[in-house]
This record gives sequence, C-alpha cells and structure tokens, in this order.
Amino acid sequence: MCTTCGCGEDTGARLTTVHEHDAGHRHTHTVVMEQRVLAKNDDLAAANRTWLRARGLLTVNLMSSPGSGKTTLLECTIADLGGEWSVHVLEGDQETTVDADRIRAAGATAVQINTGAGCHLDADMVARGVRALDPSPGALLVIENVGNLVCPALFDLGEDLRVVVVSTPEGDEKPLKYPHMFATADLVLLTKTDLLPYVPFDVDRFTAAVRAVNSRARVLPVCATSGQGLEDWYSVLRARRPVHAPAEQASST
Amino acid sequence: MHELAISQSVVDAVLARTGDAQVTLLRLDVGRLSGVVPDALRFCFDLVVEGTSLEGARLLIDEPPGLGHCRDCGADFGLDVPILLCPCGSADVEVTGGRDLLVRSVEVA
Repeated sequence: MCTTCGCGEDTGARLTTVHEHDAGHRHTHTVVMEQRVLAKNDDLAAANRTWLRARGLLTVNLMSSPGSGKTTLLECTIADLGGEWSVHVLEGDQETTVDADRIRAAGATAVQINTGAGCHLDADMVARGVRALDPSPGALLVIENVGNLVCPALFDLGEDLRVVVVSTPEGDEKPLKYPHMFATADLVLLTKTDLLPYVPFDVDRFTAAVRAVNSRARVLPVCATSGQGLEDWYSVLRARRPVHAPAEQASST
Repeated sequence: MHELAISQSVVDAVLARTGDAQVTLLRLDVGRLSGVVPDALRFCFDLVVEGTSLEGARLLIDEPPGLGHCRDCGADFGLDVPILLCPCGSADVEVTGGRDLLVRSVEVA
C-alpha cells in the first residue's frame, strides 16, 4: 500500500502502472518475490533427475580444472566397466569435439555440448544433451563438465553423484582455494598418483583440506596409468547402481 | 564468470513476474557463502538489463553473513569463508546461513 495516498491493496504479485494523483506525485509499488535465483535451473535439474532415475540410470557429474585427467579416467572406466554396464557420456567443453571423439573411440556413446563462451553446464543443456544421447535404460551416464573449479559448483544438473577430480600436479591446497566446488562433492578423486614422487603433493594435507570444507566427501587416490585405485572408483559406482533397472524388470516379467 | 548466467537468471525471474512494467529497484540477497561475487554480479547486471524493462533499475544487494553449526559441540558461529572449522576443532560443521541467492523484491513504477 502506498503510504502517501493509500492506493493499492497489497504487495503481492499485483502490478500497478504509474499513475498521477491530485498531488502530482509518482510512486512505485513493491512486488515481493522471495525467489531463489537458481530456481529455474534447480527445477529443470529436478525434472532431469526424475527422468533419469525412472530409467534406472546412475548419473555422475564429473567436475575439475582443465587437464586433471577426467577424460582419461573415463576411457579407463569405459574399458573396464563396459562389459557389465552400458556407459554413455555427455561431454562439456567450450569448443571442439575432441573429448567426445575420444569417448567414442573408447567404446561408449557420447554427445558433445559446446558451451561457447559459457563456463559451465546447466540443467537445460543437460536435458537437451540427454535427449540427443538417448541413453539405454539402466546405463551409467557420466556428465563431464567444463573444466573449471568455480562455476559448475553452483549448478545442479540432476545427477546422483557429484565427483570432483584433482590431479597431483595441481597442488594439495586446491580444496582450500576453491572451497565452493569441494563443498558440494560426494566424492573426490585424486588422479595422477604415479607422479607423487616427482611433485610436491602431500596426500594427508590434501585429505585434511578436503575435510576442512566438506566433512562427508570420500577421497580416493587413483591412477589411470598404473590402474591403482580404479577398483575403488568402480566399487563406488557399482554400490550406487540402481538395483532394478526398468529394462531388467521388463525382461523378468 | 558464472555471474553472467546468474544475472540472466535474475532478470528472467523478474520479467516473468513483472512483464512490461518498468522496474526501478531490485533487492537481492547474495549470501557470503553463496559463491557469487556481488561486484561481478553488478557488472553483469548492467549488461543483461539493456533493452529490458529493468534497464536503469537500481540494484540493492544485501549480503547475509555465513553461519555454521557444529554437529560435535553444538556451537553456532559466524563463517566468513566456506572453510568449515568450528572453534572447538571439529570439521563436522553444517552451514546454516549465508548460502542464499534470492530475489527478495522489486519496485515497479
């Protein structure tokens, strides 16, 4: 209600255009919104999650800086799990189809999302990417986010598991420098552990840094070159695999 | 620079509510632990509102402080950065405030 003249009735969604009173004053009306800025993305992410889970998919959002070894890790994962589990990958990069080509060469289906100037994937891009990818029921869907330790932290894509990847050459202080990203992780994979003898990286200090921003996330050291720790990564995925995928239900009835 | 996408989300949300009405003022909450930088948001906001009914609107950003709750000792305390350490030494801390990213209200002419 306007306190000057008493016009208007409430401060809800009602809109009133500018008008002139006898006194000749102009005034504005308040529209109360109390709306989350990311509500639209979060609603789309929730719709993605419902759609993906209804098809028995396990969806992983893989996030890291550029060059941490996400794609190499996926190549190993496809080679090692491909016999027991259909794997599909949504690849996020600013430009090129280099990563999607690598994933296809490794034996999985992939769709490349190029964000252009964009620094992260959002739920709408994933919805469109998933439609193009058309993953088989019960499959493992990995979303390889744009290499960036800042922006993807804020955007829910509809995943079941948020995984942050850090490689040993990046330094053990990464979780403290980029706390928002690590705070949202369910799992932290430490890659390139074969380089530990050559780089100043203290695994205990790294684990403590992860703990300082996220008390729940598990830290798993892995090495795509030697295979060390990969079984632990696969165990995490298998443990989250939906027990009854729709396709399995259909074939058993 | 996710603030550009955030700014666009703000403008989309407001336009969905206010239509063609001229917006003169926008009040946002950008929590200190939200991961969004108010200055970057202001910079992007000016770019994103060009040619819309929000052009020229003032942007008032409130920055609610970060708050943590220790699951071990039960203390509630302020957090300036998302490093979750209770004064008691525990890292089992739940963030209870400062993550919000909200459009509170707008003034329309």
